[in-house]
Amino acid sequence: MKHTWAMAIDLDRCTGCGACVVACNAENNIPTIGETEAGKNRLMHWIRVNRYWEGEFPEAQAVYLPMPCMQCERAPCELVCPVYATYHNEDGLNAMVYNRCIGTRYCANNCPYSVRVFNWYDYKWEKPLDEQLSPDLTVRSRGVMEKCTFCIQRIRRAKETAAEEGREIRDGDVVPACAQTCPPGALLFGDLADPHSEITRKLKDPRRFRLMEHLGTEPRVVYLKRQKGAGR
Amino acid sequence: MSAEAPRADDHHLARTDEAEMFERLSRSNLVTTWRWYLGVGVAGAVLLWGLIVFLYMAMVGMGVTGYNKPVFWGLYEASLVFWIGLSHSGTLISAILRLTHATWRAPVLRGAEAMTAFTLMVGGLIPIVHLGRNWRVYYALPYPSSRELWPNMRSPLMWDAMAITTYLLGSLTFLYVGMIPDLALLRDKSAGWRRKFYSALSLGFRGTHEQWRRYHVASTLFAILIIPIAVSVHSIVSWDFAMAKTPGWHSTIFAPYFVVGAIFSGIAGVVIVMAILRKAFRLESVLTPLHFDNLGKLLCTMTLLWGYFYFTEFLTVWYNRNPEEWEVFGSYGGHYLPLFLTMVICNFVIPFPMLCLKRVRRSISLILVPACSIVIGMYAERLLIVIPSLARRNDPFIWANYFPTWVEFSVMAGAAAMFVLLYMLFAKFFPIMAISDIKERLFHTTGRTIGGMTVESIAQVEGEGEAHA
Repeated sequence: MKHTWAMAIDLDRCTGCGACVVACNAENNIPTIGETEAGKNRLMHWIRVNRYWEGEFPEAQAVYLPMPCMQCERAPCELVCPVYATYHNEDGLNAMVYNRCIGTRYCANNCPYSVRVFNWYDYKWEKPLDEQLSPDLTVRSRGVMEKCTFCIQRIRRAKETAAEEGREIRDGDVVPACAQTCPPGALLFGDLADPHSEITRKLKDPRRFRLMEHLGTEPRVVYLKRQKGAGR
Repeated sequence: MSAEAPRADDHHLARTDEAEMFERLSRSNLVTTWRWYLGVGVAGAVLLWGLIVFLYMAMVGMGVTGYNKPVFWGLYEASLVFWIGLSHSGTLISAILRLTHATWRAPVLRGAEAMTAFTLMVGGLIPIVHLGRNWRVYYALPYPSSRELWPNMRSPLMWDAMAITTYLLGSLTFLYVGMIPDLALLRDKSAGWRRKFYSALSLGFRGTHEQWRRYHVASTLFAILIIPIAVSVHSIVSWDFAMAKTPGWHSTIFAPYFVVGAIFSGIAGVVIVMAILRKAFRLESVLTPLHFDNLGKLLCTMTLLWGYFYFTEFLTVWYNRNPEEWEVFGSYGGHYLPLFLTMVICNFVIPFPMLCLKRVRRSISLILVPACSIVIGMYAERLLIVIPSLARRNDPFIWANYFPTWVEFSVMAGAAAMFVLLYMLFAKFFPIMAISDIKERLFHTTGRTIGGMTVESIAQVEGEGEAHA
């Protein structure tokens, strides 16, 4: 079966806690780069929580916007990679072949969401942190571009399990780390090709919108608008 | 031989004393001063330092540069555009002047063509320097791999690599073919290993009528072919930017604008190189103020053209007020104001009024002021194209600024030193003046009076008309 993986992010529920970022770091072998490097704007998070301010100081309100890779249907990053290190896989995701990447960083320049991150150094996991590395994923070397893959290792695992049990993937079989960990349940992941999945139902919501839609990238991540009014 | 001031009777020099003319023009090959050794030593040391720093960067990682999250490209890419831009004028000027039979062209040709070849070599290496994994650069080559992986021909970076390679091969051929009669001349005048060296390179050119005819046909053909390549190369370099979705880059004016900027900085580069050659190799009698005057006129035109293109680029952004682009251009007046002012002052405010004056154009020391300021201004312009667009991306949450570290400065100083070194070695071993063209000019031109003015006019080479027919 052909899948159309998609993510819905309900901004009404997001509190900006950042649990998704931590979960993603743990799941995907993302290094912790330290204070100095972070000060140089080199955070390697695959999902980040943007914080904008609305209004002036006494009434200022923070607006949070979690931002993973949008997995664009017409991805600007794929077009410009000279070596096909980033490509559209059979599930319609923007996959990344780390050992093919030569590090031109053009994909990052062409990504309007700026969600791609670069390995500035070879990062080390001190003992015993190396014990917690996920064996399902490579540890990327220096000079390589990396990005959110909707936890492709979990998608693979779910496909394998389903195949072993001789069935189709059920809704809820695949949950990326960020969605699994989100305390208020703002992130929802699923297959749009399945007409009965929760995400298909949720994306009928009139609050839905996509980021920078005018650019024509057709992102797979759909946001549900924050509502204003009594009690909010 | 003496190094006297320009002589009034230069026209008769070829007829009266061919040996003296050869000695004068080949001073770079014949006399090696301590200054030359010093120059080569300094350039070699800086290049070595650049290489060491580059290796250090490759061993440790790109983290030692000033690059950060939204600004993934910076000084390296700006330098790439700058060097490729600088390469533009040499071959282009030479080709256009050959085709139009401009009589004053001869002494400018070789030096300008050599500049093109060496700036391209330097510029062509920078894409490799900027890679995160330089040791994997061969992935971008279309080599037969057992996995049947091919480079992505939709990527402007691939077009870029192909355009630069084509231009480099084209200019080297152009340079070499134009040099064959001079190499033959050097062969006849030299002894020892040099004689063997020049014999091999001159491909048995004996100066027969048939060889000359073929030489003229070949150089005309190359001149015709190289012009579209030169124009296309910088258009394609501009597409690295214009084809991206980045605000400030995604603009249709980029191709002509880059070509104009390239020719602009290239002519300034030619002026500087000519002035240095003139001083270093005592070519005062060959490279006369007339040449600088003519190059200055070209430069003045390009100043105006560049100014107009810059204005139109602003105009469209101002008129459409796309908020994303507006932020990029807004940063020109904010954080990037010093860079912007450097560009405008060095590219327009200083050179334009100066180049309008005949007195400036005809004085070698004075014309160096606008020429140097244009080179600086164009470097600032390249930085201004690359950096603010990335620093003010679509999402304001990740905005950040960029400043290069000592690593980038060292590697780029090494690149500049590489150019100087290559040029000095070339001047030592190859004829830096197009001797046969200068001779041809001396033989075939006569003063003709048109109206009240005496102009140099070239007589048709015998048999050339039939060859073209």
